[in-house]
Amino acid sequence: MAYTEDDLKKELDQQEEYKYGFYTDIESDTFPVGLNEDIVRAISKKKNEPEWMTNWRLEAYRAWEKMKEPDWANVHYEKPNFQNISYYSAPNKKPKYDSLDEVDPELLDTFKKLGISLDEQKKLAGVAVDIVMDSVSVTTTFKKTLAEKGIIFCSISEAIQEHPELVKKYLGTVVPQRDNFYAALNAAVFSDGSFCYIPKGVRCPMELSTYFRINQAGTGQFERTLVIADEGSYVSYLEGCTAPSRDENQLHAAVVELISLDNAEIKYSTVQNWFPGNKEGKGGVYNFVTKRGICEKNAKISWTQVETGSAVTWKYPSCILKGDNSVGEFYSIALTNNYQQADTGTKMIHIGKNTKSTIISKGISAGKSQNSYRGLVQINSKAENARNFSQCDSLLMGNECGAHTFPYIEAKNKTAKIEHEATTSKIGEDQIFYCNQRGIDTEKAIALIVNGFSKEVLNKLPMEFAVEAQKLLEISLEGSVG
Amino acid sequence: MELKDKLLSSFLAFEEQVNMHSEVHDIRSRAIKDFDDLGFPSKKQEAWKYTSLNKILKHDYTVFPKKEDAIDYRDVEKYFIDDIDTYKIVFVDGIYSSHLSATTHEKIDACLMSSAMNSPKYKAVIDNYFNKVAPKESLTSLNTAFSREGAYINIPKNTMADKPIQVVNFSTGNEAALLVQPRNLIVVGENSHVQIIERHQSLSDNPVLTNSVTEIFADKRAVVDYYKIQNDRKSASMVDNTFIEQHRESFCSVHTFSFGGNITRNNLNFYQKGERIDSTLKGITVIEGNQHVDHNTLVHHQEPNCESHQDYKGVFGENSTGVFNGKILVDKKAQKTNAFQSNNNILLDDKATINSKPQLEIFADDVKCSHGCTIGQLDEDALFYLRSRGIPAKEARALLMYAFANNVLESVKIPEIKRKINKIIANKLGVSIGFNL
Repeated sequence: MAYTEDDLKKELDQQEEYKYGFYTDIESDTFPVGLNEDIVRAISKKKNEPEWMTNWRLEAYRAWEKMKEPDWANVHYEKPNFQNISYYSAPNKKPKYDSLDEVDPELLDTFKKLGISLDEQKKLAGVAVDIVMDSVSVTTTFKKTLAEKGIIFCSISEAIQEHPELVKKYLGTVVPQRDNFYAALNAAVFSDGSFCYIPKGVRCPMELSTYFRINQAGTGQFERTLVIADEGSYVSYLEGCTAPSRDENQLHAAVVELISLDNAEIKYSTVQNWFPGNKEGKGGVYNFVTKRGICEKNAKISWTQVETGSAVTWKYPSCILKGDNSVGEFYSIALTNNYQQADTGTKMIHIGKNTKSTIISKGISAGKSQNSYRGLVQINSKAENARNFSQCDSLLMGNECGAHTFPYIEAKNKTAKIEHEATTSKIGEDQIFYCNQRGIDTEKAIALIVNGFSKEVLNKLPMEFAVEAQKLLEISLEGSVG
Repeated sequence: MELKDKLLSSFLAFEEQVNMHSEVHDIRSRAIKDFDDLGFPSKKQEAWKYTSLNKILKHDYTVFPKKEDAIDYRDVEKYFIDDIDTYKIVFVDGIYSSHLSATTHEKIDACLMSSAMNSPKYKAVIDNYFNKVAPKESLTSLNTAFSREGAYINIPKNTMADKPIQVVNFSTGNEAALLVQPRNLIVVGENSHVQIIERHQSLSDNPVLTNSVTEIFADKRAVVDYYKIQNDRKSASMVDNTFIEQHRESFCSVHTFSFGGNITRNNLNFYQKGERIDSTLKGITVIEGNQHVDHNTLVHHQEPNCESHQDYKGVFGENSTGVFNGKILVDKKAQKTNAFQSNNNILLDDKATINSKPQLEIFADDVKCSHGCTIGQLDEDALFYLRSRGIPAKEARALLMYAFANNVLESVKIPEIKRKINKIIANKLGVSIGFNL
């Protein structure tokens, strides 16, 4: 029997409901909805922040008030009402734990369902997890091991208290308060996030990781991450996200800033699996994220992302290659199903000499989803011998989805070498036939082909993450992909 | 007075000059309203992100030039493809020049838009085709509002045009600054075949702005080859809007050769309205100084089993700027589409800029679409190879550039055009290459 598109569609329809759609009942300490200067002040006060920080937030808020929501992206959604969101919520029970046993068992249970077993990870994977549960850091593990090396890894609110000189020096240097609408909003109201500082010449011995969750009903999540790799250091940073099922749209506007000083390297990996909305396209998370890194001399920043969730994704992890010989990389898989919409890509700004960038983007669209790649490669006139290679491949499954590519290429230096390639295709009948012939059923064959299609990017993920990412791809295409 | 206001007020005078009662009157009035609403394009619009017209809109352009018919054929001979027999439709300052032209009404119509618009004989064609594919865009609407003169070419069913047709627009420089808006209509019937060569040439250093609109309809199995040669003076700027509607199994190709001019913007749009259509868009750009060439292409695949091929090559020297903004749009219905796009650029100097934006928008799954874009330099090893064999640096560079551009030239079907283009490129590069490529 031939496996037709109708069969595929049927199977896509039957796909399992969002597996991680559960809701942890922890009393939260939530602010009234709405946003004004008082709320911004209150957030700052609640977090016991110094005055310069309060002013910094207010400055951002005032800039945000004058800004308009961008509408150039290839996504269509109902604009969130920013006065209808509560801008602060923190889990109520938040004593500092010495060991995992003391943590609220309900919380631990949540993480178990997510497949993050803290103790197991502690032993097997050697991952220190800074868990952000509704904006406030609950527990930080492996802090000691890291402290011995002089590495600071904590929540950003803690960093504001304990390392104000570092925060003051770097916060907002890569993504200024008034950078864009969502970044300004984030700067004004960010509740928490992670802070990481790797001192000179230190190679971080383990993968640092944070897990984000959106938990409280009607709570917007505004994370702020700041990673600083001092001269000659190295860090690999993981970020993974899952969120409970919810009907009304949730807004997420995070900001991530990476600073890679001379000879340093930052590897930043993301797996994102937020609730994408149900099959009718109802609900789902709005994900408007600003991620940017700056490279000094001989430095390197590498972004790897696997995007399977969110109803609307608006995300462009970028690299500013300021120093000579710096390197920027972007590896991405974006999978959309049902009514999901993704507009994602990267910006590579070449300023220094001999700078190099690589962009590999794989888009997979199924169901009625729309998947866009939007990227900018800019070679400035002083960037001698800059080199860029971009490849954007799209895979279409079913005839109701769309794949789009919007690359911008701007070269102002004659020594620039730029290559850009993009292809769009579907899974070939012959490929499936080949697999069938060898006794692999169609479902497995599609999984095989999708995995092969995304392999170049999956390979770039740290091992444990690659496994999780593969699982996510499978869940997202459940029914058609085994 | 701002150019926009001047144009709006000129429209009233223009209306009095042309036949008020023509059917076209309504279309013109609507178009001027559209232009009034839209205004001139600005860099804020996505499609004009990299090209600003401000510099050239500052001049005080004359909209109604005096009739000047004193051009001697010998003076302008070199601007024609003169070594083959062709039909010629020639305009001087936007006005038809009968002594330079060679039009026909036998078998095919290769004549004037003004007579087509006013003669009842052509009424059916004008009603069916005029302003049918040109969209509501600011400059296109402006042209529509002032549409009066241009080339009218109608090839009936099952006819092969016996000679290529040249459409040439001269501007004399009698006016201090001139705005010309040629409007061409080309209708090619079933199984018919035509080759057209278009050129705009300014004869003085007074600024000229050409805002031209060409509508082309290719019926079933028609074959249309269109060549645009742009090698104008540095004082002349041009916005070329070409809209092509293709029907079943038709084959259209447009070659654009951009070497001259100040700011040149080519809006080239293909709409495929049938199955098994083939569209080809090719271009060579070689510019220097402060020149600016912008290719803005759209291929809209609306039906299954069609193909499109785009191949644009550019060489940019000194302070010049090149823009390529190509879009392939594949509708849900257009399964089995094969669409290819490639844009290759060479930067010769540090101040030269390239902005490239190749876009794919695909709504059908069973398609093969790809685009590629490269920016680079001439291969040093290849240069060294040639020089070590005694070829001087300049010639070696020129040879490599020819090789780079060659696959666009190869698909030109009229050898005389190839020769002409070769000559222009050789002139530009200041070399003489002793063989034909």
